[in-house]
Amino acid sequence: MLQRLEHLLGIENLTREQITFILDQSKPFQEFQRHPLKKLATLRGKTVALAFFEPSTRTRISFATAAARLGADTMNLQAESSSLKKGESLLDTVRTLEAMRPDGIVIRHSSSGAPHFVAERLEVPVLNAGDGTHEHPTQALLDALTIRDRKGKLEGWNVTILGDILHSRVARSDIQLLGKFGTRITLCGPAMWVPRELESLAPNIHRETRIERALDDADVIIVLRVQTERMHEPALAAEEFILGYQLTAERLRLARPEALVLHPGPMIRGLEIDPVVADGTQSGVLEQVTNGLAVRMALLYHLVGGAPVDAPHPAKERSNAAD
Amino acid sequence: MRVVEKRQLLSAEEIGRTLQRLAHEIVEKSGGTKDLALIGVRRRGVPLSQRLAAIIRTSSSVNVPVGTLDITLYRDDLSTVAHQPVVQSNEIEFLVDDRDIVLVDDVLYTGRTVRAAMNGLFDLGRPRRIRLCVLIDRGHRELPVEATFIGSTVQTSDTEIVEVRLQEIDGEERVMLVDRVS
Repeated sequence: MLQRLEHLLGIENLTREQITFILDQSKPFQEFQRHPLKKLATLRGKTVALAFFEPSTRTRISFATAAARLGADTMNLQAESSSLKKGESLLDTVRTLEAMRPDGIVIRHSSSGAPHFVAERLEVPVLNAGDGTHEHPTQALLDALTIRDRKGKLEGWNVTILGDILHSRVARSDIQLLGKFGTRITLCGPAMWVPRELESLAPNIHRETRIERALDDADVIIVLRVQTERMHEPALAAEEFILGYQLTAERLRLARPEALVLHPGPMIRGLEIDPVVADGTQSGVLEQVTNGLAVRMALLYHLVGGAPVDAPHPAKERSNAAD
Repeated sequence: MRVVEKRQLLSAEEIGRTLQRLAHEIVEKSGGTKDLALIGVRRRGVPLSQRLAAIIRTSSSVNVPVGTLDITLYRDDLSTVAHQPVVQSNEIEFLVDDRDIVLVDDVLYTGRTVRAAMNGLFDLGRPRRIRLCVLIDRGHRELPVEATFIGSTVQTSDTEIVEVRLQEIDGEERVMLVDRVS
């Protein structure tokens, strides 16, 4: 029996069976995206709080659309307008959100571990939409779904992750997930972006600084975005990175003929990826976007749906204490 | 909860004969098989719809399209259950727009499954007509839903359960009336 998920905080603590269950449950929602009428009433009356303490367009829209298509309402909290700017603590902000009685909270935060901190203190299900450089579990799940769809299975492939791995929570979640499925993982990028400690994240993982060697025999290539916003100083000139690590059509030919190219977006065409590759037949970039909706719908359905957890209302608790 | 078998409602042979009759009725009352399509409701409506299509194929030499509908996302009791039920895929390879659709299920009881199935169908398009075919009608409706094609009508009390066992799913073939005893 599948251990019931209460939150989705990261891939690290999920079992292989739980991951497979989520991917299987995404299948009907993939099909749903092709319906002429994309509106269910399944989560009617439920409210999902989208607490984005860090700017996000794609993930926020994806979660908001997933909630809308399931019939749930959303409350939005965005970094630019948030009271965080006025100095409110994370706990006070989420407690305020909780007092509005949402049925689930989707949280993105620049501090690693923020969703765990929130989950420990609130009664509602928490879904991690990216925390610092730690994890981005829904991205890893949608990557896995895309790999499984395009390659027929998830197990046994050679996966190369390319670029700025140090600053990437996507890479950490991908490594955690693929590692559970016996994947051989090659991490490739400039040495300072591929630290040795990443090797401890999964059993069959190694580092490579030469892109030609990293692409040899690759079945899947995950290209990462160069995250200038997480760097305190420009560590490497763009021209140097392009020369050494851009995935070009010529370099892609070094991989297996049917190799799948993924990118979590937003892509910087001409920096980490050649536009020809991004738009080519081996690219799964747009499927990733659609699969993201399916994965998030499946997760919201299972985590937010169902009978409401009888969370003590903060105001009620206080009045009881006064009695 | 313990259940005891009270009596057998249909034998394997009777199920076979009932489906023969239902298939003929469907063709006859549809004024031909043009636009006709069968959609089985998961789970036991699925093999039933496939068997009906096979009978029509043999008797009328036409291939009536068959699809499968999963109603999980359209259930009206989801906000009362603690664990969300597993969702499965629909398998409908044809457009439902302007089709003459016969929904197929094993037992008609409260009518709530049929309501959910109709909602599910509407999300896929606009059928010209939807009718319902069931193997057993056991009464106790909670919604204004009736079947056009009924295999067998059975009087039941609401503690009783009609158990349909089909070869494809259960490895045996019969319909039983069982009762809950506490």
